[in-house]
Amino acid sequence: MIDLLLEPFQYEFVVRGIIAAVLAGALCGLLGVFITLRGMSYIGHGLSHAVFGGYAAAPLLGLPILLGAGAWGLGSALLINAVARSRRIGADAAIGVVTTASFALGVALLTRFGTKGPSFDALLFGSINGVANDDLWLLLGALVFAAGTFTVLYRAFLFSTFDPEVANVSGVSVRRMDALLMLVLSVSILATLQIIGVTLVAATLVIPAVVVRMLTDSFSRMLWTSTALGAVTGACGMYASYHLQIPSGTTIVLVNALVFVLVLMATGPRGLRRAAGMDDHADVPAVTPVAAVR
Amino acid sequence: MTAPPLVSLSHVTFGYGGAPVLRDVDHVVAANAFTGIVGPSGSGKTSLLRLLLGTEKPQRGTVTRAPGVAVSYVPQLETVNWNFPVTVGECVLMARKTRRLLPWATQEEKTEVAEVLERLGIAELRSRHIRELSGGQQQRMFIARALLRRPQLLLMDEPTSGVDVATRHEVLHLLDELNQGGLAILLTTHDLNGMAAHLPHLVALNTRVIASGSPQDVIVPDVLERTFGARMEVLQHLGMPVVVDSSSVGQLGVAG
Repeated sequence: MIDLLLEPFQYEFVVRGIIAAVLAGALCGLLGVFITLRGMSYIGHGLSHAVFGGYAAAPLLGLPILLGAGAWGLGSALLINAVARSRRIGADAAIGVVTTASFALGVALLTRFGTKGPSFDALLFGSINGVANDDLWLLLGALVFAAGTFTVLYRAFLFSTFDPEVANVSGVSVRRMDALLMLVLSVSILATLQIIGVTLVAATLVIPAVVVRMLTDSFSRMLWTSTALGAVTGACGMYASYHLQIPSGTTIVLVNALVFVLVLMATGPRGLRRAAGMDDHADVPAVTPVAAVR
Repeated sequence: MTAPPLVSLSHVTFGYGGAPVLRDVDHVVAANAFTGIVGPSGSGKTSLLRLLLGTEKPQRGTVTRAPGVAVSYVPQLETVNWNFPVTVGECVLMARKTRRLLPWATQEEKTEVAEVLERLGIAELRSRHIRELSGGQQQRMFIARALLRRPQLLLMDEPTSGVDVATRHEVLHLLDELNQGGLAILLTTHDLNGMAAHLPHLVALNTRVIASGSPQDVIVPDVLERTFGARMEVLQHLGMPVVVDSSSVGQLGVAG
């Protein structure tokens, strides 16, 4: 039994895969706190699809994949953000058209011309195979970049997430914070593409943050616990991927979903109340009045 | 009333692409101002605040700010997600600018937050989640956040909207005290009652400035009809004008 449990660690590619999943999970968990509290879950989902188009198109344009897909992703992110901020009717539809068209383009290009990197399936659903040292360095770099950005600009990100209107008139450039978050998101999606896959990355952005929101009312605690939870579920998912012979993105998301259900059962209505409306910015206060201070 | 202006609007016309929401508006915010902008929904009150804040530019006319003037803003309570995972102390600290590379607050910042919460009478709520506050406490927290920036002018959007009568008086009384302490305050409201007792200066706005002056000058039937588009009766109570619904006056048998 012990031999069976330890068997995956005999293989270097599995160990590398688990390290990659830990880094990818931590990155998505950290970023997910801002994504969910800002009501950008749909943007994360759409952006991962948009990046896929850039991933397929970059080699055909003679560009390095990372540079081409990164630029494509950032361009898409800024466009999506601008459309979302405009609050015009049909913004969701516009985002849907842009991102799914980019995804369709990626599918068409990969089907017609093939890929020089990971397989088509691996890009869609993630894979334990073929994680190179360069991929680990890219993931580590993306994690350090994200953690560094959120640490140095912690207060500005918190203010612009909680109350963008007042932040804007209080010396915080909300537009700049949005652009920076989009850059971090683009880099993160690009770095995690091979591990988690285009179609599942949104879930790893959302689920850890929602789970820890059910457990805590503290923003700073949410940041580190969501990061830790993402790392743990990433490792467990990757480990399960080896034994079950299922794409790693799928098992990582399923482990996250299992944790979500368990925490929901443990916290009950209180957890649900905390998580419900966590991205709502135009609600009448759900206050539990206590005696007013005179 | 001879204090120099902090911000002034001169012949300002402003809109969002369609018909102007403000036309030829003149207004001066003096250093000791305590002014209420009254008008119905859609009358241009919030646009006026945005022009004073500098987040919108006029299509015609000028907005002039005194050099170096610090302006703080308190939004409507309804615009904020009260389920957001922050405590009262964290919310107030957000407004404190920092150049440090580390995210946590310094001892000096903690002291500043404690002092401003103490000043507003909510020191004991510092560690409480913002969801657990009453309407009056929420306003106090936002005012504390605004004061942390040491403003000379405080702009507030509908601070008495959606709160009960007791809370409305509590908030207006607090603002009165802050104004006595030297803070200029300009607030918007569509709720007339209670304003006359606390605010020395009112501006009736409906795209244009209909009237500007003391409550006795502004809360009169003719100005209210031109501002709100409906006839309202005004009674005098303890020397203060009080607005009553015409139908209520009829039912009570009170002469308008």
